Amino acid sequence: MSKMNLTRRGVIKTGAVAGAGLALPTYLSAAAHSGYTNAPTGDTVTLGFNVPQSGPYADEGADELRAFELAVEHLNGEGDGGMLSTFSSKALDGTGILGKKVTFVTGDTQTKSDAARASAKSMIEKDGAIMISGGSSSGVAVAVQGLCQEAGVVFMAGLTHSNDTTGKDKKANGFRHFFNAYMSAAALAPVLKNLYGADRAAYHLTADYTWGWTQQESIQAATEALGWRTVNNVLTPLAATDFSSYITPVLNSGADVLVLNHYGGNMVNSLTNAVQFGLRDKQVNGKNFEIVVPLYSELMAKGAGANIKGIVGSQNWDWKLENQMGAKYTGTNAFVQSFGNKYGFPPSQAAQTCYAQTLLYADAAARAGTFNPCAIGEALAGFEFDGLGNGPTLYRADDHQCFKDVLVVKGAENPEDEFHLVEIVEVTPTEQVTYDPNHPMFAGGALGACNPGA
Amino acid sequence: MDAIILQILNGLDKGSAYALIALGLTLIFGTLGVVNFAHGALFMIGSFCAVTVQRILSVSFKTVDPSKTDFLGNPSTYDTPYVVHWFGPEFGAGIIDWSVPLAILFAIPIMIAIGFIMERGLIKHFYKRPHADQILVTFGLAIVLQEVIKYYYGANPIQTGAPEVFRGSFDFGVLLGFDPNVIIYPYWRLVYFAFAAVIISAVFAFLQFTTFGMVVRAGMADRETVGLLGINIDKRFTIMFGLAAAVAGLAGVMYAPINAPNYHMGMDFLVLSFVVVVVGGMGSLPGAVLAGFLLGILESFASMTQVIDLIPGINQIIIYVVAIIVLLTRPRGLMGRKGVMEE
Amino acid sequence: MFGLEKKDATLLLIVAVLTMCAPFILNPFPSDSGLAQFNAGYPDLMQRFVIFGIFAIGFNILFGLTGYLSFGHAAFLGVGSYSAVWMFKLLSMNVIPAILLSVIVAGAFALIIGFVSLRRSGIYFSILTLAFAQMSFALAYSVLTPITNGETGLQLSLNDPRILGTSISADGGIPVTQLFGIEMRSTYAMDVGPWLFQFNAGYYLCAILLLLAFYLSIRIFRSPFGLMLRAVKSNQQRMNYTGLNARPYTLAAFVISGMYAGLAGGLLASMDPLAGAERMQWTASGEVVLMTILGGAGTLIGPVLGAGFIKYFENIFSKINDNVLHQWFAFMPDGLEDFMVTIVHPFVGKGWSLTLGLMFMAVVIFLPGGLVEGGQKIGKLFRRKKAAEDTSPAAKTPAE
Repeated sequence: MSKMNLTRRGVIKTGAVAGAGLALPTYLSAAAHSGYTNAPTGDTVTLGFNVPQSGPYADEGADELRAFELAVEHLNGEGDGGMLSTFSSKALDGTGILGKKVTFVTGDTQTKSDAARASAKSMIEKDGAIMISGGSSSGVAVAVQGLCQEAGVVFMAGLTHSNDTTGKDKKANGFRHFFNAYMSAAALAPVLKNLYGADRAAYHLTADYTWGWTQQESIQAATEALGWRTVNNVLTPLAATDFSSYITPVLNSGADVLVLNHYGGNMVNSLTNAVQFGLRDKQVNGKNFEIVVPLYSELMAKGAGANIKGIVGSQNWDWKLENQMGAKYTGTNAFVQSFGNKYGFPPSQAAQTCYAQTLLYADAAARAGTFNPCAIGEALAGFEFDGLGNGPTLYRADDHQCFKDVLVVKGAENPEDEFHLVEIVEVTPTEQVTYDPNHPMFAGGALGACNPGA
Repeated sequence: MDAIILQILNGLDKGSAYALIALGLTLIFGTLGVVNFAHGALFMIGSFCAVTVQRILSVSFKTVDPSKTDFLGNPSTYDTPYVVHWFGPEFGAGIIDWSVPLAILFAIPIMIAIGFIMERGLIKHFYKRPHADQILVTFGLAIVLQEVIKYYYGANPIQTGAPEVFRGSFDFGVLLGFDPNVIIYPYWRLVYFAFAAVIISAVFAFLQFTTFGMVVRAGMADRETVGLLGINIDKRFTIMFGLAAAVAGLAGVMYAPINAPNYHMGMDFLVLSFVVVVVGGMGSLPGAVLAGFLLGILESFASMTQVIDLIPGINQIIIYVVAIIVLLTRPRGLMGRKGVMEE
Repeated sequence: MFGLEKKDATLLLIVAVLTMCAPFILNPFPSDSGLAQFNAGYPDLMQRFVIFGIFAIGFNILFGLTGYLSFGHAAFLGVGSYSAVWMFKLLSMNVIPAILLSVIVAGAFALIIGFVSLRRSGIYFSILTLAFAQMSFALAYSVLTPITNGETGLQLSLNDPRILGTSISADGGIPVTQLFGIEMRSTYAMDVGPWLFQFNAGYYLCAILLLLAFYLSIRIFRSPFGLMLRAVKSNQQRMNYTGLNARPYTLAAFVISGMYAGLAGGLLASMDPLAGAERMQWTASGEVVLMTILGGAGTLIGPVLGAGFIKYFENIFSKINDNVLHQWFAFMPDGLEDFMVTIVHPFVGKGWSLTLGLMFMAVVIFLPGGLVEGGQKIGKLFRRKKAAEDTSPAAKTPAE
């Protein structure tokens, strides 16, 4: 009986609404007939950047926002163009997207699903945003991705590492550039074997929520395939601040590796506590005791300070990548230059993924010749590109996950300054981290049909 | 056995932090009758006193090093802290290394001043207002304080290490006849425990053995009568508030090396500290301390694998389970006084 | 009217007019002006205003009347949301069964928690409710993930059975929530010159329920039952001496207020089918306490105002970034523009909570009775003015 939509300039005919009979001059917006949500009508197009601005990930959110602003500048032909010059696709020419100037709105996810959805909804309903991007946790990413699917706009995920985002919770309108827990594990395992040998006993401390579980599952599977034993896996409450009571049982457990499946403040505290209890200097079974933090970032390394020295983990990208690993990772330096000149310090991996996502969206729209989310989805699915800092990359059509090289990194022993806290150990090639779309860790969901909204 | 001894140590250590925060809170909340939601923020500010002292001591000047380039390709610079420049590399670095203990001297006057200003400028006007209004105004204050800290220091945790000599661990097991390296405990956590014991005793002694303390205790019991006796109880309450702020602040300063301070750590401790105070019983200082250690130790035990295997998720909720059991079996908490905040 | 006194009927009527015309009232600025940032008349926020209004009205029945300060009310909101989403997953996308179930489940939950917690009073009661809510939150986030989907929050999926509906809609997506065919998200957009007004079906459902909830709360406030609850607040001891047992009354108030929270939770899920564990965290419980006190505890309309106030700051102020500021001050000379942006910057965008904290303090310091008192003060000001010029015919405009 009524045509349904979530949109701002949405469609009209519904008898459901009281007050429809008001005798006021109304006219029907032309956009209503364009066939998709928030079709831009003027000479601008609005993107929505939804990042954590309060709560523990506020600093990461701030860095994401810097990258978004930079990307918008470059799309509009301001600044030095950044990675636009190295990007393999040349559909973007610095005149906005499809001739429309890019504007943006920002919001605060508070790292809570509810608040993030409220913020994204306000962008869609009030500001007419046609794409939502950003975020710093998987719970939020999955929640906002679901919303964008219902509303009929594109979601370009920010930092989200859980397998579920492009696994059991994948959506046709959602796309992830960042890597995931499975890839971390696949990249780390061989390096761990090289560094610490095949005969190791691992003790896991895992944040007690879905991201922690998927990462623990991935790491355990990958390390056990090498011959490691898993001594124990203890779930720690998200609200824990002092991990001493979880660390002390490790001391005499017979384990010689501690895996910390924690992120953000949890990771900083658990690592600090582990080092306090002398785990890094300990000898077990005649071997040096080792600590592994599968996912980490520059900001966490900064928060952990000296404790991070020598700790191995994985990253999606690092600003030193092109300098150290060669021209395969072109784009990195271009991005670091324009980011560094504007803000005075090098970008984080969260910033890089957000910048790349914005460019990828814009490029897909330009190639598709429309902002229709379904056309953009088609343009992104199976898209192969290069020059965005990660080397040759594939946006896989089956699950909308990017496949690219993964970095194995280590906390620097003697950092020359605060920007060199992390050093690159190895780059794991794409083939090694690629998995089947029906892999059991990713099973249980379906992309479904793309939803253009109106 | 060794696991249990280690968890008792953990519990005592956690308990020290809980007891110190609850002690300050119960001075304000259990005795002055003010529901102070800004107490967690005072603890957080204490921690940031340590951060600030570290920052001040590390204030540096830049020297250009033409042999290297920074990430943008410009000549790189390196920092030399002024204290190192003035006092030489060894002594200068030593001063920076000792910034947390030095922060105690810095924090005491700052925290007392904050306490005085809070009480005189704000809380004073709320003694006779409903508890609901006190919640609103102190919660507002807590948000403002933490946002100000976030504005200047960011949201990321900031490592504030203990002095070099306190890093490393003490081999406790050897004293008890265990093999070496079985029961070890970090020096700084032991220092924290000792520090908490000293502060708690000092507060008790102060209230027990000084005339000032006597009047305050009398004032808690019957404010009006004490007022009628011509004693200026208001002034003494201000001092109490300053004292409570100082206790919270010192708990924060010493906590900084255990877990890196961040701007929302106060909120993390806020709910817990109310639970501790109420479980201890309203208006009872010994109750707050006892409840702090009790909850600390039980929380540590609940996080042992054997216990979690028995009752999944118990480590998530142990504090609240204990609170419910205590409050249902003992109507006024462990050592609460009749009629305090019961209406 | 409706068995209400004239004063209450007027209040109800005013609230009715305000909620029905909210799409106009909340969108006073043309959408292309710089001030459009302050418009709150879009469906999601309007829904939130009324839903949290219902939550706060319910909380006020307990706190405003009996003085019992529950610090765990968010648990009932969360439980309501989970029940509603499960109803959408298992039964159908119609909101009626979902809302009914959420109210019933929340009521049952409140009965159990209330029965235990009301054995104590004052702060001991508050901490008991807090403990129950925090337990619910912690378990929902971790151990109960099979039921709650933990961190991610409970969502609909294409594999849900939906016995009385369809698992997959015709266009291959997840079906949307509806009331006998009227989709909750359907919006009628009306362009009036530069203004854009949005009339959303879901909002009007919430608004009607708000009016019912508000009406019921007035009736409770004015009933003998309400009087009994007030007696509990003013002097429970004296009540006991007269041989009355206060417990059944307070428990009834607790359960009613829990059901209000369940209704709010069910509505949240009906407007947006997702239920997250954070809805039960102590900060969420604290929020409704703040809403009620901020608006004016014990007053009828106060809690609704408080809810609107907090949600407005959270959703509007957090979206003002430096770009927007530059637009606002663009008319000034460059130096002055940057200066103004620098000054305003800490209070908007990521600093929205700072502004909110300052507003809390300002309200409680200057308006001891909450926002309602502010309204009364303004009202008085007008009345005085009116009294002074009551010879003018314009002053005699009829009230209705």
